Amino acid sequence: MSNTEATRADVCALAVAECFRNDGEIMASAMGTTPSLGARLAKRTFEPDLVMTDGFNLILRRALPLGAKPADDDVEGWMPFGTVFDTLWWGRRHVMMGASQIDQFGNQNIACIGRWENPKAQLLGVRGAPGNTINHVTSYWIPNHNARALVAKVDMVSGVGYDRAAALGPEGSRFHEIRRVVTNLGVFDFNTPDHRMRLVSLHPGVELQQVIDNTGFELVVPDGVDTTPVPTPEVIGVLRELDPQGYAQKEVVV
Amino acid sequence: MNDKRMTVDEAVAEVTDGMTIGIGGWGSRRKPMAFIRALVRKGVKNLTVVSYGGPDIGILCATGQLKKAVYGFVSLDSIPLEPHFRKARQNGTIEAVELDEGMFLLGLRAAAQRLPFLPTRAGLGSDVLKINPHLKTVKSPYDDGEELVAVPASNVDVAFIHMNRADASGNGQALGRDPYFDNLFCMAAKNTFMSCEKIVPTEELVSGGPLQSLVINRMMVSGVVEAPGGAHFTECLPDYARDEKFQREYAATAKDEEAWKAFRAKYLDVSEAEYQKAVAS
Repeated sequence: MSNTEATRADVCALAVAECFRNDGEIMASAMGTTPSLGARLAKRTFEPDLVMTDGFNLILRRALPLGAKPADDDVEGWMPFGTVFDTLWWGRRHVMMGASQIDQFGNQNIACIGRWENPKAQLLGVRGAPGNTINHVTSYWIPNHNARALVAKVDMVSGVGYDRAAALGPEGSRFHEIRRVVTNLGVFDFNTPDHRMRLVSLHPGVELQQVIDNTGFELVVPDGVDTTPVPTPEVIGVLRELDPQGYAQKEVVV
Repeated sequence: MNDKRMTVDEAVAEVTDGMTIGIGGWGSRRKPMAFIRALVRKGVKNLTVVSYGGPDIGILCATGQLKKAVYGFVSLDSIPLEPHFRKARQNGTIEAVELDEGMFLLGLRAAAQRLPFLPTRAGLGSDVLKINPHLKTVKSPYDDGEELVAVPASNVDVAFIHMNRADASGNGQALGRDPYFDNLFCMAAKNTFMSCEKIVPTEELVSGGPLQSLVINRMMVSGVVEAPGGAHFTECLPDYARDEKFQREYAATAKDEEAWKAFRAKYLDVSEAEYQKAVAS
């Protein structure tokens, strides 16, 4: 891997980092490899106030490389699971989760494939997705953008989408926000009048038709879609330092 | 003070068919596995298990003793989905009450506070309410009038927890960096049994770690068992890390009936002492 030329995985990591821009002093929780790398990139570069853990119970004052064991002087605080729940109910948190399925309103499924009562495939279960999505900002990461993942209807709503949130009325939905969906093909958000998913930018080398063909619902495609920013050589240097083993390079399907 | 020391088998003698069991720890972390193994030996059936689930739920699925699982997740951590649980769900051999992880906590807390429910936003708008038709919502009696999920109390008959250290009267110490919710399991239960790596005199318990590590007090506990390696193969930090090799061997048995039978014969249909000997060899 070149140390100066940006790969698709690098573009994705920067796009993930951008999801956390302007979040300030809140807890950033990133599930999975590319979200972890992107969130660390944000903390290392433009969002130094983000509060991030080692994935267990230590709050770390600096963004360490993926897989690195924190030293004593990397620690600034304590975040056992009880405090994680308090923090997420408090709302000072932005989580980036994966999605086995996601629909046009951002309803996410990580629970199962098929009917929940007798699933064809048991996946993770709903885990914290229902509580996360109704209490604080959520973004999603999908490393393999295809029509089996971006679907017309998810099999089980784990994370709450905009149509479900709207049906709750203004009180129930006031803390709900799905900021962005980053995939290996592009960046998406829900900034449309009815909160349907919109294409924000295509990663360099990706054609619009490729995204349309690999999406199981009708995307909102505005005029003049942007190209996702490519990390500068300086940012690429930070990414190489934060992911010396190249885990993210292996995760992203090109 | 009461000397509550007993053996794992004496403790599980309190468990009868059809009971609801609460199990402390989290995923594949500080699980009271010596008690789980004793439950397998006893052969008690039709259990409902309430747990931040790991191999506790998986093993009881595999032995056919579990009727119903109430969980926020069932994971082996380094293996994201518990394979025996996955198999039981896909074959439809167990009833499942799948809750958001935070809802699960509020159910425990409600039980510990002897409340019928605790309110939360978690679950609103999601299919958790659809797959759990017993869950109801409640309207705030104040001006906001907000509609919230009323998480019912998770009352349990018997709870099992594992600590690093304890004294003979039932004060327990978690020396790892996360106490999880074992104290709530104790208070949600009619009876709690606590195993530990080592029973020590009270003075040694108090001097052996910060006061904040004394997360269990003797009011919460009916019986104390010294069970070194009692959380194996799950982690029990700082005493020992997860036995990943053993866990992989256990996980692989979900795909191979013969391997499961061999695993069960070698590690489960034996006494706790024989188990620890088999693991050491």
